[in-house]
Amino acid sequence: MSTDTTTTTPGAAAVPPPGAASDDNKRATQSHRRLLTRRDRITLAVMAGVPTILHVALVWVTALASIALAFTTWDGIGFDSIKWVGLENFKELFTNNPQFWPAVQHNVIWFVVLILLPTPFGLFLAVQLDKRIRFSRVYQTALFLPVVMSLAVIGFVWQLIYNPDTGLINSVIGANKPGHYIDWIGDPNLNLWAILIAASWRHTGYMMILYLAGLKSVDPSLREAAALDGANEWQTFKSVIFPTLRPTNTVVLVVTIIEALRAFDLVFVFNKGAQGTELLSILVTNNIIGESSRIGYGSAIAVVLLVISLAVIIPYLVATFRKERRA
Amino acid sequence: MRLSPSGLSVPDPSRRSLLRGAGSAALLAGAGIPLLSACGGSGSSSDPKTVSLGSNASDAVPKKAFAEIYASFKKQSGITVDVNTKDHNTFQEQINSYLQGTPDDVFTWFAGYRMQFFAAKKLATPIDDVWQTIGDNFPDAMKQLSKGEDGKYYFVPLYTYPWAVFYRKSVFQQHGYEIPTTWDALVALCKQMKKDGLVPIAFGDKDAWPAMGTFDQINFRLNGYDFHVELMAGKASWTDAKVKAVFDHWTEILPYHQDGAVGRTWQDAAQTLVSKKAGMYLLGSFVGQQFTNKADLDDLDFFAFPEINPAYGQETVEAPTDGFMLSKAPKNKSAAAKLLEYLGTPEAEAVYLKADSSVVAASSKADTSTYTALQKKAYTMISGAKNLTQFMDRDSRPDFTSTVMQPALQKFVRDPKGIDSQLTSIERQKKTIFASS
Repeated sequence: MSTDTTTTTPGAAAVPPPGAASDDNKRATQSHRRLLTRRDRITLAVMAGVPTILHVALVWVTALASIALAFTTWDGIGFDSIKWVGLENFKELFTNNPQFWPAVQHNVIWFVVLILLPTPFGLFLAVQLDKRIRFSRVYQTALFLPVVMSLAVIGFVWQLIYNPDTGLINSVIGANKPGHYIDWIGDPNLNLWAILIAASWRHTGYMMILYLAGLKSVDPSLREAAALDGANEWQTFKSVIFPTLRPTNTVVLVVTIIEALRAFDLVFVFNKGAQGTELLSILVTNNIIGESSRIGYGSAIAVVLLVISLAVIIPYLVATFRKERRA
Repeated sequence: MRLSPSGLSVPDPSRRSLLRGAGSAALLAGAGIPLLSACGGSGSSSDPKTVSLGSNASDAVPKKAFAEIYASFKKQSGITVDVNTKDHNTFQEQINSYLQGTPDDVFTWFAGYRMQFFAAKKLATPIDDVWQTIGDNFPDAMKQLSKGEDGKYYFVPLYTYPWAVFYRKSVFQQHGYEIPTTWDALVALCKQMKKDGLVPIAFGDKDAWPAMGTFDQINFRLNGYDFHVELMAGKASWTDAKVKAVFDHWTEILPYHQDGAVGRTWQDAAQTLVSKKAGMYLLGSFVGQQFTNKADLDDLDFFAFPEINPAYGQETVEAPTDGFMLSKAPKNKSAAAKLLEYLGTPEAEAVYLKADSSVVAASSKADTSTYTALQKKAYTMISGAKNLTQFMDRDSRPDFTSTVMQPALQKFVRDPKGIDSQLTSIERQKKTIFASS
């Protein structure tokens, strides 16, 4: 490669484009073509090729392998123990697995809660911070901190708060005596909500940053115009600011859907997905990782998760991009 | 991230294993897993004076105890043991890919079905020749535990510990309680303890395996060892009236268990026994690890789970056993065999037990003079047992116990009324799992 570059580069760079003086437009296209020396092309090929290979190998091959494995049983020991079973795994999943439907339901609840509570609240905080109040940076940092922390750490922290015997909440309200226990972690009527509070706490900060970035890019003249027209703060926000945040809203929605579907770490640290907090991602893990090694069955759950993700994301993105292209 | 009932490690998932779990899930797993096999392996085995050993003893106490064994082995034979220690839970999770890749010559593992599974998959080498040397050191029950389904030896046991009902001598003395030897006496004692303001039975099932211990005890007391083995092997049916009877008995004493159990770790439950708020606790002898005060530990005692069916008495003891296996293609087989022979001697066990007093030696020839009172009692209980079981998740398929039984038992503990439909569901899922390979 080094010989290539030394021989070709000077030639290409030294010879000035023939039509250089005549036409500006022509010159731009021509020199553009000329400037792509072999070295450039190799660089381009490497820079685009390596990520493509990695992407294909780590995303597409694994995803397709997972889809293929979903129709087999395999204990993970030797490739010759893979057995084709057709739709058995899915049949078993839909009819026999007592955790599957609750898991789907919890993933949906996770999404609905995230979109209804922390997202508007994050927007509210972003609007407040955008007003350049004093110590704005401090608030910003404090509210964004949960997003920076590892979810595993957040899980441990909230576990200390919810621990039935020694946790903060039960100690404060005196619910850690026999007969009065409030089992935040184990009770299936409570634990999902308890975890969702922790998840919302984190999601609020995330949404706040996204909206804050969106608000910073709103043209100040729009506000001025609204003020001149006599709009009050709420009217300005509702009719002027919020509509301009549409691209941000798209990002927020997609991010929230992804968060809801990939929810995992927090619950796993919290109670390993015990009854009441089953999630699809946790079922996948429980079946595949470790000694269980029901790889075919776990892959079937992963495929369900994949189908749900695609079914939600693709129509939305298609609609959004079509609209944007028209506009 | 299920912890084995060995309980000798911290049950919280390590950050590393957690992140790896998250990463694999994100990859939609499947094809991603076998790639991990590259993690195993040892480079230095070409040296005839070195044998490599994969260890799950990541906690401070056992790690040091094992290191002392290997040191004394080197002194005796001149062979160096190249130890490759992994986090306890991580080791267990990676075991499949670890054994398929380039495993160490010798590795730590558990007796019972989990050992037989890998033996049947040809991921371990039979060690009948080693047993010709060490056979006399072990009682028959241990010999049984060390054999694969083909009747060959695959395992060298090092130590074992019993599951039993633990209590505080001072609490029993203070209230004048008697050790219950029958089911009725146990129920009566629970009632009395409740009246006296104690939590009769401490209980924490957040990690989902402790409830299996309770099931095991009631099942082999009520239905006997043979039925228990058949049930664990997937042969007997979970909808059998005998299984229903186990849950009926359990339902009878469930109200006397500490409530809010599914949200509590076994360590927190053990603390209620330490603080004398609870009367009894059914657990493995590793519960002693939670008694950091010497006076409290001396006050700790245990009794065998009471008799339910006189036909079976108290003949079965649940005694999970840990030890060593030889991997499928050891690079230094003769040195590995020498190491296994040494590990099967009473001397090696004595070295280990000096450092870890929460367990007892698997060998019947080990020196018991240094045992604490608790160890002596455990030793008597295990050596006097007619049958030894390992624990539900060691006696049955791990995929069945972790994906079906753990959630089912947690659900039962919370809501015992729904057991009938649950048993039907367990049986259906069991059939699918046991039908696959």
